[in-house]
Amino acid sequence: MQLVLEKRAERSTIIALVSPVIAIGLTIVTMSILFMIIGKNPIAALNVYFITPLTDAYSLQELAVKAAPLVMIAIGLSLCYLANVWNIGAEGQFLVGAVAGSWLAVKTNGTDAGVWVLPAMLLLGAIAGALYALIPALCKVRFGASEILVSLMLVYVADLLLDYLVRGPWRDPKGFNFPTTAEFDPVATVPLLFEGGRLHLGAVIALVIVVAAAVLLGRTIKGFEIRVVGAAPRAARFGGFSSNQLVLLTFAISGALAGLAGIIEVAGPVGHLQPGISPGYGFTAIIVAFLGRLNPVGILIAGLFLALTFIGGEQAQIAMKIPLDITKVFQGILLFYVLACDSLILYRIKLIMPQRKVADGAA
Amino acid sequence: MNRKALAAAALLLATGLGLGAAVAADKLKVGFVYIGPVGDFGWTYQHEVGRQMIVKEFGDKIETTYLENVSEGPDSERSIEQLARAGNQLIFTTSFGYMDPTLKVAKRNPKVMFEHATGFKRDKNMSSYSGRFFEGRYIQGLIAAKMSKKGVLGYIGSFPIPEVISGINATMLAAQKINPDIKIKIIWVNTWFDPGKEADAAKALLDQGADVIMQHTDSPAAMQVASERGALAFGQDSDMIKFGPKTQLTAVTNNWGPYYVERVKAALDGTWKSEDTWAGLKEKMVVMAPYTNMPDDVKKMAMDTEAAIIAGTLKPFKCPILGQDGKEVECKGGDALDPGQVLGMNFYVKGIDDKIPGK
Repeated sequence: MQLVLEKRAERSTIIALVSPVIAIGLTIVTMSILFMIIGKNPIAALNVYFITPLTDAYSLQELAVKAAPLVMIAIGLSLCYLANVWNIGAEGQFLVGAVAGSWLAVKTNGTDAGVWVLPAMLLLGAIAGALYALIPALCKVRFGASEILVSLMLVYVADLLLDYLVRGPWRDPKGFNFPTTAEFDPVATVPLLFEGGRLHLGAVIALVIVVAAAVLLGRTIKGFEIRVVGAAPRAARFGGFSSNQLVLLTFAISGALAGLAGIIEVAGPVGHLQPGISPGYGFTAIIVAFLGRLNPVGILIAGLFLALTFIGGEQAQIAMKIPLDITKVFQGILLFYVLACDSLILYRIKLIMPQRKVADGAA
Repeated sequence: MNRKALAAAALLLATGLGLGAAVAADKLKVGFVYIGPVGDFGWTYQHEVGRQMIVKEFGDKIETTYLENVSEGPDSERSIEQLARAGNQLIFTTSFGYMDPTLKVAKRNPKVMFEHATGFKRDKNMSSYSGRFFEGRYIQGLIAAKMSKKGVLGYIGSFPIPEVISGINATMLAAQKINPDIKIKIIWVNTWFDPGKEADAAKALLDQGADVIMQHTDSPAAMQVASERGALAFGQDSDMIKFGPKTQLTAVTNNWGPYYVERVKAALDGTWKSEDTWAGLKEKMVVMAPYTNMPDDVKKMAMDTEAAIIAGTLKPFKCPILGQDGKEVECKGGDALDPGQVLGMNFYVKGIDDKIPGK
């Protein structure tokens, strides 16, 4: 007897709808077993992970703070992935955006520069991210270099650039040689939405970007072009769409969004430039993009959901002394099931009974 | 249906938990934020040992919680805030990079007491505490100069911050007492913990002729490299003797337990105040690991020096101190450098043939 995956003639719409539900169900079952093994009450644990963070205003704000950069980056990445080009270096574009915007904040620090500083910083961040993303795109278009490798490698370059700047030229003169710039002035800081919380304007910007992407993909010719080039490159060529131009465009957009997310993070929750400003947002966003099925609204939900597991994981550490490693296992299992169940949209599981053949064993 | 039932059950449980928490409210809740995983050795492990000590000391009177692997980036402010919101009344944040986030959370939670390790910012409800690690470094400098056959010491630096610079200077001032011509090679690895980089640095230092390795980083990688190459080395943060039984001379270990016990006691008694604590060998916040792999006379010298520092008769930064340019450094503390000069140290002493990065 044998289990095989057989390709479906067409996507199963029913499975597409129920697959996330199945995935979450399987995760809950698996995690419950794991919680029982380590001697924790599974219902209480699941409650801490999924429900407690949704029950007070403070956690809800934190959820949005954590999800905002993930969603912004993932939206950009989804455009690339839909067009079948692979930007893996959003982390680098995030950092370069943060660096470029911070340049202005550092230069105007302590001066009486006006309210134009923050908008200019955001613009600089987006432009720098876009330019940085255009490097792998141009290498691909011009020389046929793998955009996956080039964009990935540029992450390390960006990381070291940031490192150099905060340890050398931009170091806070009053910071005892610690690798950080001075705290940004209020005009260089992303405003908070509510007093006493951390929710900032970046969350609103992320929402605007989600809507803009939904309009772009659903209602414009450019969006249609992106989908066609990705899904049927030959047909796109016949249609007169230039795939090279699209590589440049999608990379530039995703770089700009990652760069914008970077400068918002630095000018928002962090408040100064330092190494370690990104706990891997650029890479986590790849997961968010696929978890959201490359759909803007899906990405919004996926970003919030992933943020929920981070914040729930922290509360589980505090409230139930569940180790951080369990949270990581939790996230891993969830992604595993989501992706596994998604394969059922295109494939079906088939049981093949063994058939006795004369030729058996002849070899 | 099932999910509804689950949600209902969870809700019931949540209210139950809430009641439970209310009943146990007279326990003092103490939270810890750790930069690394708890592990078996190193910086975070030493803080964890301190936490275990308060658990042993106060038992049912307190309840402790820790968050591990909290990065110093945008997440740390949330982690600290979450601990405060979960009802922790005393929170220890145990890495320099938590300073500004701790300060922000402290301002928002004026009734919670905060303790930040190794920083310099304080508030009404935020203390800072750190160790006088350079005292241990001074002893290491003496031992190193005695044990080095080639007269070249290798030093693995993490970040060129005052704590590390003062460690290098203390080492060098002591070593020059034994051998005025002693040389020191310094490699900056720009990390607190990266076994690969630390091992590479140790190899490079040995290749450059050093035969005693000292480190201001967290992993036992350098100890292992020194061990393989037949050199000698000092542990850091924790006693690393098991990684180099024939290699480790001693180690400057961090002993936070007594301080944590004192602070928890103050919080329980209602006498907690914001303070700046800077404790050394005398207060046992800095503890030397056993002196091993050295002749008896060197061991005796080390123990006598330790006793003299504890008694206050020996000051590692005793004036006059000459800077790299040979000029005398201003002496603000009478017969020795004052705490501000040490905590903000940003110069090398004479005889160090190197430049502070970025200076």
